[in-house]
Amino acid sequence: MNNRSLIVSRVSRWVAPLIFVFGIYVALYGHLSPGGGFPGGVILSSAFILTLLARGRKATLERLPFGVAKKLDAVGALLFLCIALFGLVVTGVFFANFIHQYLPGEPLRLFSGGTIMPANIAIGLKVAASLFLVMFALSALRISTDEQDEPIRTLEDK
Amino acid sequence: MELLLIFMLLFMILAGIVALWTDELLSAVIAVGAVGVGTSVAFLLLGAPDLAITQIVVEVVALVLLIKVTIGVGVRTMSGMPSPKRLRLAAAVTVLLLLVMVRSFTGLPEFGSPVMERVDDAPSIVYLEEGLERTGSANQVMSVLLDFRAYDTLGEATVIFTAVFGALVLLRKKGKKDREDDDGGEDEE
Repeated sequence: MNNRSLIVSRVSRWVAPLIFVFGIYVALYGHLSPGGGFPGGVILSSAFILTLLARGRKATLERLPFGVAKKLDAVGALLFLCIALFGLVVTGVFFANFIHQYLPGEPLRLFSGGTIMPANIAIGLKVAASLFLVMFALSALRISTDEQDEPIRTLEDK
Repeated sequence: MELLLIFMLLFMILAGIVALWTDELLSAVIAVGAVGVGTSVAFLLLGAPDLAITQIVVEVVALVLLIKVTIGVGVRTMSGMPSPKRLRLAAAVTVLLLLVMVRSFTGLPEFGSPVMERVDDAPSIVYLEEGLERTGSANQVMSVLLDFRAYDTLGEATVIFTAVFGALVLLRKKGKKDREDDDGGEDEE
């Protein structure tokens, strides 16, 4: 598909990093302001979705390869589970906020809330990678009307 | 404010009817998006910015996904009515649900007053009073989501993980067995 507009492609180059940074902010400051891991992750993934729509699959995969996104998805989920299990190991309660119990930060500062910030980061990673993978999988799904030989393109085609 | 809410609800109902009525799939998808924006504004009016942010962000991404799929698959319109028998069944179910809703909503407390205030030591009161002290999180929503009720969030994360896993498995080109026959089980990329 080479009929992309030059303006859209150039502007997306400038906007995508800003969306990315905003996603990190929303996920990181979830315990201080409205937001959190889930919306932060969705905003993060939308930066990549913008790149995918404006500049195509190749440019997107240069920034976030498919295999890396799959690993990030798994790492995010495991990290969240590990935070829960650490609570179990340290204090004997599943999902105990062990960081806050031993190192209570000053309220309203970035380093407060104990396990809430790491958990937000884990969920943000997970959601961002998941949504990117879904978008990528669906962008590969295309029924072409003129070629009857291979009607449905799938993930491995470039 | 209640007038604004009623206006938003009417707008959402109208958009929902448009989504059902129109033949063009793209218009239907955009109308569903309008319902989502209405929900987000309603959350904002009710003082839930966390929900409003999540709703609008998910709505935008879901809308892009749906439009991409609608255009990509090449199906532009979808028309026709279901059979009269199914239509009658749907009408009966709708009326039944409406009756249940009227019956259950009249039992709710006054608009704007929390249900849990009737109970002593209700969790909602404890969360609000001791949330900052016990979790250190200034945002009470996060203190509930990721501390008091983190177990629910773990379940939600698992649901997303499983759903994406399933979608990726379904959209693969070849099964694992075929690929091993082809090129010795080489992974993609």
